[in-house]
Amino acid sequence: MNGKKTLKQILPILLCILVGLLFGFFVLLLTNREEAFNGFRTILFGGFSGGIRGVGNVLYYATPVMMVGLGISLGFKAGVFNIGGPGQFVIGGFLATYFAINLPFEGPMRWILPIIFAAVGGAVWASIAGILKAYFKVNVIISTILLNYIAMYLVNYMIKHTIYDSSTNKALPVPKASQLPTAGLEKLFEGSSVNIGFFIAVIFAVITYILLTKTNKGYEIVATGFNPNASKYLGMNEKFNTILTMIISGALIGIGGALMYLASSGKSISVVDSLAAEGFNGIPVALLAFNNPLGVILSSVFIGYITVGGFYMQSYRFVPEIVDIIIAVILYFSAFSLLISQNLDKIVLVLSRFFKKKAGEK
Amino acid sequence: MNEYIIEMKNITKNFGRIKALDNVTLQVKHGEIHALLGENGAGKSTLMSILFGMNSPDEGHIKIEGIERKIQGPKDATDYGIGMVHQHFQLVKNFTVLENIILGVEDKKHGLVDTSRAREKVIDLSERYGLHINPDAVVSEISLGMQQRVEILKMLYRDNKILIFDEPTAVLTPQEISELLNIIKGLSNEGKSIIFISHKLKEIKEVGDRCTILRKGKSIETLTVIENSQEKMAELMVGRKISDYIDKKPLMPGEAMLKVSSLNMFDKYQGKNVLNNINFAVHSGEIVCIAGIDGNGQSELIQAITGMNQNYDGEIVLNGIDITTKSIRYRNIHGISCIPEDRHKDGLILDYSIEQNLVSKKYFTNLFSKHGFIRFTERHAFAKKMIQRFDIRSSGDENTLVKEMSGGNQQKIIIAREIDMDSPVLIAAQPTRGLDVGAIEGVQKQLIRQRDMGKSVLLISFELEEVFRLSDRILILYEGEIVGEFNPVKTSAEELGLYMSGAKRMVRSK
Repeated sequence: MNGKKTLKQILPILLCILVGLLFGFFVLLLTNREEAFNGFRTILFGGFSGGIRGVGNVLYYATPVMMVGLGISLGFKAGVFNIGGPGQFVIGGFLATYFAINLPFEGPMRWILPIIFAAVGGAVWASIAGILKAYFKVNVIISTILLNYIAMYLVNYMIKHTIYDSSTNKALPVPKASQLPTAGLEKLFEGSSVNIGFFIAVIFAVITYILLTKTNKGYEIVATGFNPNASKYLGMNEKFNTILTMIISGALIGIGGALMYLASSGKSISVVDSLAAEGFNGIPVALLAFNNPLGVILSSVFIGYITVGGFYMQSYRFVPEIVDIIIAVILYFSAFSLLISQNLDKIVLVLSRFFKKKAGEK
Repeated sequence: MNEYIIEMKNITKNFGRIKALDNVTLQVKHGEIHALLGENGAGKSTLMSILFGMNSPDEGHIKIEGIERKIQGPKDATDYGIGMVHQHFQLVKNFTVLENIILGVEDKKHGLVDTSRAREKVIDLSERYGLHINPDAVVSEISLGMQQRVEILKMLYRDNKILIFDEPTAVLTPQEISELLNIIKGLSNEGKSIIFISHKLKEIKEVGDRCTILRKGKSIETLTVIENSQEKMAELMVGRKISDYIDKKPLMPGEAMLKVSSLNMFDKYQGKNVLNNINFAVHSGEIVCIAGIDGNGQSELIQAITGMNQNYDGEIVLNGIDITTKSIRYRNIHGISCIPEDRHKDGLILDYSIEQNLVSKKYFTNLFSKHGFIRFTERHAFAKKMIQRFDIRSSGDENTLVKEMSGGNQQKIIIAREIDMDSPVLIAAQPTRGLDVGAIEGVQKQLIRQRDMGKSVLLISFELEEVFRLSDRILILYEGEIVGEFNPVKTSAEELGLYMSGAKRMVRSK
């Protein structure tokens, strides 16, 4: 890929983010005029608002959404719309927590094995939708959405019967020995929750990139995404590929769950009746990255950045709900304007015609 | 009164950087049949879409009956009395003929549709123009030829004065074609002005009064049909001399490489057999052609042989191996190559590059992969070689996306890929559909070369001209059955037409 082409791809993304931010500013003006400017500045400076600690937290928040973004973009590439992020994420998170608490090992196996179990769990859960699609032609969007709820209630039930902490209505915290190592990062980014999870996610991004662009399986997966009929005609096993795609996608998302709850921040799964937001945030991450696994690294860091910025906004008396709305507005507006920018040529054409006509009438 | 009913003068239309029409002029006289002749991509459809208001010209103007008009959409076109029979009919399949005709211009009585006046008018028109159509027949149950008449009636019912026929004979049997041409002549005698789009010179010769020839977006010439030969018009259309004749070695059939026996395929949606007791064999060194009208089981037959649809019973034997229950990949690598009928749907991955498409049946072999990883160096070299060998042209190199290429060159990629497989059996399903005359010649030569090299070629074609030019043996498929077998030298288009329309059938010895 030459430089000009790359620039042509990146420019619209930056533009979209800008439009998203401006729209966010507009919402700030509506909700709290006096502090809107300060609030907006905080979001703009995002991760840097909190100094070095903020930067560390950007990477911390980016980690789980990066894994989910990877899983979802892989699915998108294959033409499989895996909206099952929240379900696969929470299954992964639960299995990681469960084994982190109950495994009798010592040493690095205490956190490596839980990640592997989380991957298997996410994969198995996602493969249900894959099998339904391959053999019974069930729409993946619908089956994964429904499986999200089943996963959520299943995990709530399992937590209550295994690793429940009734005082907090959460799962028991992961013991220190099972937490992801921080490898000196806690000194570099003092006070933040960053850990090696971020680098694990980056490694998976690179692996996914290699899988998609350098291997036969990747060639098949992307071909199936572009044109399932031709792929079948060319002799590719489209049923197997659909299931395989869901398995890899689910494994990546499951690992995302593990990296979130094994982090040293000590956050554990709440027993609540709502779907994991990280599972959905992977969608704009994938869209912003044009489903490119390497792009997912950048777009997830962007999301981590505004999440941290939103966190610091609370100091200007913006309630957390408003902060969430602002972040959602920026995210979804970015994704939406991306759609627009992809069709920019057409829009310019229509507008120029319209104005020509107007000028002609005068 | 103005001499011309339609004048499109100096029309230029750009799509991005591509000049689809360059200073094109078309003048149609009152009551004439004006043929519009040109290869695919010459700009015929673009010109008509401008006349019909679906595109607006960048330059030039349109006069209708001497008055300059701006046509902003199909509704404007209809208001000016322009009607069009599209190549693909725009009918509601489960409505009756009458309902289809009045759709959009219904008479209403107390808020309900009142058909009594419409029925009279339709019957009257049908008789006047010899269309012989039953207004109460359901469209899905009548033949394509009849459906076309419904389209014609739709235009007449709306009192259109200018009738456009876009490649109207493509879906018809020879008998239906001659009936249609008579109807068109009748319409012109009644004072309708007709634009007849075609690339079939014989038909233009038969009905056309004058003919405008388009080539590469330019109007080359408007000539009086009667004063010019078919050869002259063909030359003007293509821009060079083309020969009708392709050199072919004498027929020397060898062993049966592909044998299909008692093949039946049941379609649960249609509730009937779409393939019915099919038996035939293709020997090495011969081209067997399955002729027939579109939709009589041709697609299903290919799907069965290639394995795309395996809901059949019977037996398919390839080069001595029973492949009846084998996978698509197995058939691909054990000797079936196939040029699919829909190259965009089945043949190519449009968002992939030339290189990626050229290897799409071989990417998994040791030639192009090692431990599951792609061998890029070998793939590049292979693509470069193939591009040269098959003269595949694009605006860039082997990394050009296939969707940015012309139809003829896309087809070359498929042909290159399939021929490179070196399979004993080559299935070619409508291999020249949508290609221009030059490209058609290239594809047909390639098929003959394969035959001469001893391959078994199974050709599916709806163009009788092509059938006669290429085949060594003709099988006629009608409603999923083979109803006749012919030697092309000993039969005629008229005879085949009787079998294709189901009017006659023969009992074949197995």
